[in-house]
Amino acid sequence: MTNASNAAPAAAQGGRKFGDVILDLQNISLRFGGVKALTDISFNIREHEVRAIIGPNGAGKSSMLNVINGVYHPQEGKIMFRGQERKKMEPHMAAKQGIARTFQNIALFKGMSVLDNIMTGRNLRMKCNLFQQALWIGAARNEEIAHREKVEEIVDFLEIQHIRKTAVGALPYGLQKRVDLGRALAMEPEILLLDEPMAGMNVEEKQDMCRFILDISDQFGTTIVLIEHDMGVVMDISDRVVVLDYGKKIGDGTPDEVRNNQDVINAYLGSGH
Amino acid sequence: MIYRENGQFKTSYLADQQIFTIAQDKWFVLGLIAFAAIGVPFLADEYLFRAVLIPFLVLALAALGVNLLVGYCGQITLGAGAFMAIGAYAAYNFMVRVDGMPLVLAMLLGGVAAAGFGILFGIPSLRVRGLYLAVATLAAQFLCDWAFLRIGWFTNNSASGSVSVAKLEAFGWVINTPVEKYLFCLIFVVVFALLAKNMTRASIGRQWMAIRDMDVAAEVIGIRPMYAKLSAFAVSSFFIGVAGALWGFVHLGSWEPAAFSVDRSFQLLFMVIIGGMGSIMGSFFGAAFIVILPIFLNQFLPFLGGLVGVTVSTAGISHAEFIIFGSLIIFFLIVEPHGLARLWSIAKQKLRLWPFPH
Amino acid sequence: MGFFIETMLGGLMTGMLYSLVALGFVLIFKASGVFNFAQGAMVLVAALAMARFSEWSNAALGGDSLFLANVIGIIGAGIVMFAVAWTVERFVLRKLVNQEGATLLMVTLGIAYVLEGLGQTFFGSEIYSINVGMPKDPVIMFEGLIEGGVMINKEDFIAALLAAVLVGGLTVFFQKTSVGRALRAVADDHQAAQSVGIPLNKTWVIVWCVAGLVALVAGIIWGSKMGVQFSLVTVALRALPVVILGGLTSVPGAIVGGLIIGVGEKLSEVYLGPYVGGGIEIWFAYVMALIVLLFRPQGLFGEKIINRV
Repeated sequence: MTNASNAAPAAAQGGRKFGDVILDLQNISLRFGGVKALTDISFNIREHEVRAIIGPNGAGKSSMLNVINGVYHPQEGKIMFRGQERKKMEPHMAAKQGIARTFQNIALFKGMSVLDNIMTGRNLRMKCNLFQQALWIGAARNEEIAHREKVEEIVDFLEIQHIRKTAVGALPYGLQKRVDLGRALAMEPEILLLDEPMAGMNVEEKQDMCRFILDISDQFGTTIVLIEHDMGVVMDISDRVVVLDYGKKIGDGTPDEVRNNQDVINAYLGSGH
Repeated sequence: MIYRENGQFKTSYLADQQIFTIAQDKWFVLGLIAFAAIGVPFLADEYLFRAVLIPFLVLALAALGVNLLVGYCGQITLGAGAFMAIGAYAAYNFMVRVDGMPLVLAMLLGGVAAAGFGILFGIPSLRVRGLYLAVATLAAQFLCDWAFLRIGWFTNNSASGSVSVAKLEAFGWVINTPVEKYLFCLIFVVVFALLAKNMTRASIGRQWMAIRDMDVAAEVIGIRPMYAKLSAFAVSSFFIGVAGALWGFVHLGSWEPAAFSVDRSFQLLFMVIIGGMGSIMGSFFGAAFIVILPIFLNQFLPFLGGLVGVTVSTAGISHAEFIIFGSLIIFFLIVEPHGLARLWSIAKQKLRLWPFPH
Repeated sequence: MGFFIETMLGGLMTGMLYSLVALGFVLIFKASGVFNFAQGAMVLVAALAMARFSEWSNAALGGDSLFLANVIGIIGAGIVMFAVAWTVERFVLRKLVNQEGATLLMVTLGIAYVLEGLGQTFFGSEIYSINVGMPKDPVIMFEGLIEGGVMINKEDFIAALLAAVLVGGLTVFFQKTSVGRALRAVADDHQAAQSVGIPLNKTWVIVWCVAGLVALVAGIIWGSKMGVQFSLVTVALRALPVVILGGLTSVPGAIVGGLIIGVGEKLSEVYLGPYVGGGIEIWFAYVMALIVLLFRPQGLFGEKIINRV
């Protein structure tokens, strides 16, 4: 890793302060049977930064996110969370540690309304037990309302007030992506993993989504890890970029450094250039 | 023009989270319950209570339980009959083995016993889904069929294999006549329906639905699949178990294991499919439909046969029943997975706009 | 010792019959991803059709040629099974492309009800017999090996042989022919198979037909053994643990599973049954399947299931 990448370009992004390393991935290797999805990958994520993971199709980007939030378990390597080694954990435990994510192929709860979808994100913070909920007595009702208020804030933030009671299955693609983001935001995560948040969007929708991502970073100070194919977007909004190709890391640094990295250029344009 | 929400503004989230967000709905359902409690006892005769109303209420309660599991949590079950049986036999054993056991408590404990077994047989759902889970629930079904038939202890070593409860009394109220039995069931059903509705609009209900719609995503946002699935099994089995106790104690009076066979399980599943998966109201529609259809066919088919000069045998009627049920299952799954409940809400939607088409 | 082997052989032969029904499950699941609960109803309808057609034609022929009557019966039943396959594809499966497994499962429950109702309306609901000239008398075997020998029912033996031949044939069909490969592709992903040009509809009709014929063979064997009656549909419930044990996607799994369940049932009934009041066959099979399920969700021979995000 280059020194430059550790000296975070704080000034470039309106004076946001980067904190310490929050998540440190060390020598991660992941295999499915004989297929190597990730080979010996190390990089870190700092608090409050926007960290992008890029690479051609099949480079292992989604696998990397799946490793971070516990869907896949790497065969080798360590994951340090706030300086402590993380044990093998299930996705819901990662969620408890404050890691939220959105999905490449939207994974919303199709049979539920927008509000209910986002409310599921509050689940970890709801404490009433089943009996209280069944009786809908004081505590359960108050809790429901308190969280509803929180969710309404997110609804306002993402500008989806008009569809809050619509079933998500009936929404157009771009709005579904927003609801997906809303559900992750409702968890008030420390780290937000975004898997191709702008895939398949038109220019306007992309602009909206970029604005939301930067606002989230600014207003909530959330650390964001982002997978994206649109290079323009990546170079504009991310602080540091890690480049994967065939499951290996071939570049890491600020957008400018990565842009000029010969390995990266080869990977994207072919080595003949 | 009567059914409108115009002018009904909600000024708090509490108001927006009511069970019925439209006032007319609320009054309609309250009116219906009031009518069921006060009006029906004056209007219905004994046959209607015995053959239609009591079975309808009890099966609606069981269907509600099945719906929580199948419709809300997306876990298939073909063993609902077994959990009815567990509820009935457990309640029976509490009654005969514990001195002075109150009736209602025994029934609730029957439900608790069913919930316990529900959790046990729900454990496979943590690893498998769909068909494989269906097999696990069938295992429960056949195990119970066998146990209540062959193990004398459960039936208090009754010689004939059938068991019965001598006297039904709750809080000093002796339940004897069909009307009293009907009211007793009605109370259970109304209370349980309310509990079910509350759960489905709260966090636990959202967890179930999240697991149903996309289990991996649910886990990623912090829902523990184990808790969500097993709680669905427990609550569902509790409902079904209490319904089983009502079925045995109140509807049948004395019963044998055959009352809770695999056919009963299928019947309950059909109620949920036809009535509407993921709908409290749908459970009632489905139960009503399946209770009434055979009675209707029994009257109607011979009449129809008489018109064209054919005698319709009893066997013929039961075959027709099979064909109609089967076709409806296929029809609803293909055309309207939300069943009769969906048709109901479409009707309401139209009514809101009436007299205008859009 | 002789008794133990007798029980075990009896179990193996019943197991072979279970395999035959299980095979129908596996075929349809492999080709359409549908778990066909109606397989039992198909066995019933096939057996009913066979029994009644041969009865009617026997009466029409004046009782002269049982063989001819049986041939007519088999052809008639075959046509019925083809009609069933075509109707199911045309009016049900075609409308359910890409639906979830659980929905498809419940749909086949509906199909089962319709078939049971229709079959009995057309062919009657009494107990009928099928006589295809199966020898009924038992024989004594292995006299030289074990004292007293082992008594085997010839009928069971022939049935088991028939089942084995059918299974072998189907395995080859699936593994070696292009139709078989197409079927496997369809099972994997409806849309993907369609997009590489596999005709979904035709494939389904073919596979339901094959399953119908398997049901016919099972119906003839079971029917000549215990008479054609409504309780034949429960054969499906008996065969269900078999496919779970063997794995839903594996033809050999259906066979091995059938044998294990057949033997397990018989042994448990004979040696364990007396202590707990008997009648434990059916749930014992299910519990065996359940235990396998907990440790190997895909069954003994099934393909591993991988979750993707």
